[in-house]
Amino acid sequence: MDNLRKEWLLNALLALALFAVPLWAWMANEPFIITLATRIAILAIAGVGLNIALGLGGMVSFGHALYLGIGGYVAGIAAHHAFSGTTVLGLPGTNQMLPIWAMAMALSGLIAGIVGALSLRTSGIFFIMITLAFAQMGFFFTLSWPAYGGEDGLPIFVRNQFPGLNTARPWELFLIAYGVLLASLGVFAMLRAARFGAALMAIRQNPDRAAAIGISPFGVKLVAFVLSGMITGLAGAMMADLTRFVSPAMMAWTMSGELIVIIILGGVGRLFGPVAGAAILVGFEVFFGGVSEHWKLWLGLVLLAVVLFARGGLIGLIAGRAQNV
Amino acid sequence: MSDPVLDLRGLSKSFGALKATDDVSLTLQPGEIHALIGPNGAGKSTLMGLVAGKIAPDAGHVRLDGTEITTLSVAQRARAGLARSFQVSSLIPDYSALRNVMLALQARQGHSYRFLRPVNRDTALREGARAALARVGLGPRASVEAAMLSHGERRLLEIAVALAMAPKCFLLDEPMAGLGSEGTARLVTFLNALKHEAPILLIEHDMDAVFKLADRISVLVYGRIIATGAPADIRANQQVRAAYLGEEAAT
Amino acid sequence: MTLALVLEQLLNGVQFGLMLFLMSAGLTLVFGVMGLINLAHGSLYMIGAFLCAAIAGMTGNFWLGLMAGIAAAAAAGALIEIVVIRRLYARDHLDQVLATFALILILSEGVRMIFGPFPLYLNVPDILRGTVQLGIVDYSFYRLALIGFGLAVAVGLWLLISKTRLGIQIRAGESDREMIAALGVNIRALYTIVFALGAALAGLAGALVGAIQSVQVGMGEPVLILAFVVIVIGGIGSIKGAMVGALLVGVIDTMGRFLLPRIFATFMDTSQAMGVGAALASMLIYLLMALVLIFRPKGLFPAHG
Repeated sequence: MDNLRKEWLLNALLALALFAVPLWAWMANEPFIITLATRIAILAIAGVGLNIALGLGGMVSFGHALYLGIGGYVAGIAAHHAFSGTTVLGLPGTNQMLPIWAMAMALSGLIAGIVGALSLRTSGIFFIMITLAFAQMGFFFTLSWPAYGGEDGLPIFVRNQFPGLNTARPWELFLIAYGVLLASLGVFAMLRAARFGAALMAIRQNPDRAAAIGISPFGVKLVAFVLSGMITGLAGAMMADLTRFVSPAMMAWTMSGELIVIIILGGVGRLFGPVAGAAILVGFEVFFGGVSEHWKLWLGLVLLAVVLFARGGLIGLIAGRAQNV
Repeated sequence: MSDPVLDLRGLSKSFGALKATDDVSLTLQPGEIHALIGPNGAGKSTLMGLVAGKIAPDAGHVRLDGTEITTLSVAQRARAGLARSFQVSSLIPDYSALRNVMLALQARQGHSYRFLRPVNRDTALREGARAALARVGLGPRASVEAAMLSHGERRLLEIAVALAMAPKCFLLDEPMAGLGSEGTARLVTFLNALKHEAPILLIEHDMDAVFKLADRISVLVYGRIIATGAPADIRANQQVRAAYLGEEAAT
Repeated sequence: MTLALVLEQLLNGVQFGLMLFLMSAGLTLVFGVMGLINLAHGSLYMIGAFLCAAIAGMTGNFWLGLMAGIAAAAAAGALIEIVVIRRLYARDHLDQVLATFALILILSEGVRMIFGPFPLYLNVPDILRGTVQLGIVDYSFYRLALIGFGLAVAVGLWLLISKTRLGIQIRAGESDREMIAALGVNIRALYTIVFALGAALAGLAGALVGAIQSVQVGMGEPVLILAFVVIVIGGIGSIKGAMVGALLVGVIDTMGRFLLPRIFATFMDTSQAMGVGAALASMLIYLLMALVLIFRPKGLFPAHG
């Protein structure tokens, strides 16, 4: 079986498993498992976002938790004002997911545009550090700004709503997350196959060549960075609704690190890399976390082994290296 | 004389105390191959960088087809009609030969911000790229990744990419390097025909090829052009012989 | 707000800056010589603090603890360089970030396994207790000693790099890696020594700061991020840049936290001013870093041209 086919089969298996396991849990009345699957799906969405910048564009953003946090705070703040019947900047709050998502994506995209425009003037370690610096600004801002809970965070008392579904039920919330995950994977696949993806991946491999044939690296990378921030921001809004809580921890640098880890464990630039990576990370936490309180030690060892010896992540291990032919 | 396609006027560039390019002026006329030669360290790469837009000049102008392009970026100059090949093959390593050329076609159309339609189903792009590959004789190797091509094939792919850009002029930086005598001979024939599509500014170390191909030759020494003329004149020029050919003969 | 209070804060800023310098010097050396981004540098700081606290607690002697902390950090540094880090020199930044992120997880959990989940406390040594009169300021003797330590190490490091054979090799390594190999320098050993030296400095900083903070798992990472801010501002690979950057960050951060809420209070409601001032103050150094990178993308003192 050739590698391309193996990858598609693996993708289909992952998609199916991520649906079948919570389906079984729903029938067996195991809400905890459904919530875990929802968490995997949402982390995977965040990873799909980062995978556009990191996987396709080669931009090592060490600050994508910023967009996760922005999305989270949009959801939290909207719900907070809807609950108390107050307004923010003249706008009323809302408890509807769809407008919250739109707002989360718009704001994440805007901030990603500003951060990207400034950060893309640098490269290499400087890019890594400046993206980290912007995320730290967001982290410390939310930490010390008292209006929305400061370091205590902001609870969402009643989960925001989605038309036609009851978001209080874990299974229905999972369906929403799963649907959004499939949609974001669709967007990723479409971008990668389109002229935009061809230009972006070419810039990652050889920016001088891309410029010499007339493709300006800065513009293409900036657009990719904004799209990337938007999708991660969307995941943040959904994550806030899953945990019904937002706090500065969503913007912590360790969160940015975890997002990169998700992509590496799964496979950089691979369509289902973030899905595999999120499943590995959450699975690790749940299974090893139950066995040993020092599970992070084992996670560290696995991550180290993947970086040193299996650079393609899980998907690369099974399906060989990526095909762009 | 007709208007030059490429017109360099008074280009200068210093790196600290080193004058890498010193008041260089030269033109590229329609239908000609203008070769730029000079000993190592004469400033050929810097001059190429100045023309391509990679390096900003301290003084002077670059005009393409009468339009001032001195302040344009590398990508803008490429879209304006300047196609360069690199001294060391510089391709998209993971892309097949075909996709490398398709990318150049896509860039020429200026349509890199298309998010929906898959490039692989873009028949116009594919056919255009196949035609360019066929012209350099790489047709059968279209689906091979650039990183897997032989050295000579990569040199040809560089040319095919430049062809796909349908430029107003070509900047070719040592296209013969490492081709072997047979490959060089074929490329000489090819470039001789190509110059009628668009003129070529050629940097080349292979002196036989240069004197066979060039309509005019400029000699660069220590950042200055010491002579420009037909190959026979350059061959006879005492200053050139002293500064350059003499040195060549000595080694 | 009295002048004495402002001066005290200024001294605190300098003290903080000098501790940051100890952290940053190793980080910037490792990047300058080996081209490596080491996120696990904060873990070495933590190891220094833990060993110092544990040995000082056992023996009742701070100075023995300090020696143990430095030695443990240097040994841990040499060990991880040999086992892991040297496989990363040829890799890209992404791999380096991830592998050293993995090292943080491993070292943090390792320390937690050995020392338990509770913070340790480290007492200021007896002879450095109390305060000293500096003009109008009554200043903590220990903090003043930290300033002295920091300056002494900076001078020592400068002498090491400018006057010794090892220093010549380090400087050669920064400008041309192939050349020092051609000169017959054992690169592997040189890299291990540079890494261990950086680790020792981090361990020293951790041990010294451990006496004025609680010693706990995770203490290294906030300092690590600040140290990265320092070296990015200063110019990666430059010791001079690390010193200037560290003092800038130390003083601006400390003074910002002290002054901004008070400045805002002059035209705002006090509790609001505290919130806004604190929020802005905590963002200040990151703002500084972003500004430096936007206007000088390679930092204030670019190491290579």
